[in-house]
Amino acid sequence: MPGVHRYLPLSEAERAAMLKAAGFSRPEDLFASIPEKLRLQGALDVPGPLAEQDLLADLQGRAAENRVPDPRAQFLGGGAYRHYQPSIVDHLLQRTEFYSSYTPYQPEISQGTLQAVFEFQTLICQLTGLDLSNASMYEGASSVAEAILMADRLTPKKKTLLSDRLHPEYARTVRTYLAHIGIEVQTFGHRADGTADPQQAAQALASGASSVVVQHPNFFGCVEEVETLAAVTKQAGAQLIVAMNEPISLGLLKAPGAQGADIVVGEAQGLGVPLSFGGPYLGFLAARAAFMRHMPGRLVGEAKDVDGRRGYVLTLSTREQHIRREKATSNICTNEGLCALTASIYMATLGKTGMMDLARHNHAKAAYARTRLEAAPGLQFPDPAPFFNEFVVRLKGSAADAVRRLAEKGILAGLPLARYFPDRDRDLLVCVTEMNPKAEIDRLADEIGRL
Amino acid sequence: MSADGIYPDDLKYTKEHEWLEARSGRATVGVTHYAQAELGDIVYVELPQVGAAVVAGEAFGTVESVKAVSELFAPASGTVAEVNGALTDKPDVVNRDPYGDGWMIRITMADPKEVDGLMTAAQYRKYIEDEAN
Repeated sequence: MPGVHRYLPLSEAERAAMLKAAGFSRPEDLFASIPEKLRLQGALDVPGPLAEQDLLADLQGRAAENRVPDPRAQFLGGGAYRHYQPSIVDHLLQRTEFYSSYTPYQPEISQGTLQAVFEFQTLICQLTGLDLSNASMYEGASSVAEAILMADRLTPKKKTLLSDRLHPEYARTVRTYLAHIGIEVQTFGHRADGTADPQQAAQALASGASSVVVQHPNFFGCVEEVETLAAVTKQAGAQLIVAMNEPISLGLLKAPGAQGADIVVGEAQGLGVPLSFGGPYLGFLAARAAFMRHMPGRLVGEAKDVDGRRGYVLTLSTREQHIRREKATSNICTNEGLCALTASIYMATLGKTGMMDLARHNHAKAAYARTRLEAAPGLQFPDPAPFFNEFVVRLKGSAADAVRRLAEKGILAGLPLARYFPDRDRDLLVCVTEMNPKAEIDRLADEIGRL
Repeated sequence: MSADGIYPDDLKYTKEHEWLEARSGRATVGVTHYAQAELGDIVYVELPQVGAAVVAGEAFGTVESVKAVSELFAPASGTVAEVNGALTDKPDVVNRDPYGDGWMIRITMADPKEVDGLMTAAQYRKYIEDEAN
């Protein structure tokens, strides 16, 4: 056919026919709902085509700007954590039988993938102390929103209470999710030691809510009193959602499920998924058995075939979007397959004692950093509560300035909190993991002390 | 599937394949023989709590089979007076005995005249025959 592109076989005539059928005259009409000023006017400002050899040279030049491994001392946390990934993780992950980002759409033919997901679910249940885990979620923030929706399906009160110590980005995501669903979002405050206040939660619960969301350890690093919060939540007939974004802490902390949490949800990137700009990240969601038919996403179950042999299946998929359309439990119809596999291999590699050792190692180093910084004059620590591997230090001057100055010396000192809280200009969230040698921590303390 | 199933004459029927038996202002509700046969093996029935309000034509619960999850629609408006809790552990009773032990909820009807708008057994039988064609 004349005028047809070799790789883009759509002809002008076909395009016109489709537009006509849809009731439009120009392709631009399809974007009419997007305000004019937000639309791209004219052509995209990109350089013209390059020969393959020139293109490769260009991309290699850009790639060379990356520093791998990054030689700088890093103390960044706040929802994304740098941990050592044992070589076996990547080695197994890259086997082609496993190398897929999704649960397959003809799932039962891929028994190995389903078994890996089943093991992920089992390990997450063991880690959180709960009965059920799904096959994973996209990332932490949206998982918390899904947990709130799930709690409201079990106890429909159309209201959730967020601890003001929840990651501010998670809180924003929750508000976005719930804005048009008719579930009200209210926050409750914290105590002087930096932890969520069970009394304020109880007061807020008096007017009725389906769930209470508390991050543990919280955004500022404090370990929460989960048992007390669970007691006040239970008394009011609501569900306690414990949001976590540093799963390594569970090697040291009590399983929230055993402390009375109804749902444990959040970010599992810390379980062996490397840091990279923009992800991918790994959401997880675990809950009590009562939530079984209210869980979002996929669930892999162990079953027996006609000959009595063990096999794995997708269970409860009748509630998913591809079958139940707009009445589905959630719009999630897949999982973070590859990242969930990463986490499974990582957890299996470390084992129970390895997870405990790693958690102790993280805490010991963070505690050492805190002790070193406490010895420096003029610094303050707003939250006296126990912490796991991160805490807030209040500097003498601007935290953002300090971060800039230390970056010049090869130290990424932490996350300035003014980014989220404009009135906390001097506060820096510092995270220390097993990746920070003692000498690095000493350098950080010395440089901050000298500011 | 045709109308070969059993459709007792003393019941009323809806287009969504629920049956209703009205007795002195109270209505017992379940799904028809046709519905359970179309759904296949029923594995879970989700019902409202006693005291919940139901509205004629609106969903009051779900029924889940190995093939699909379907809404249950209330044939009449009112308040839930009783729920068949036995279905939690034995949902397959709906397949075996849809008009007896497979009943789902009892409604205290807001307006007993509402049932006059529902189909008789003969009308329902014709309705599913037409649907099948």
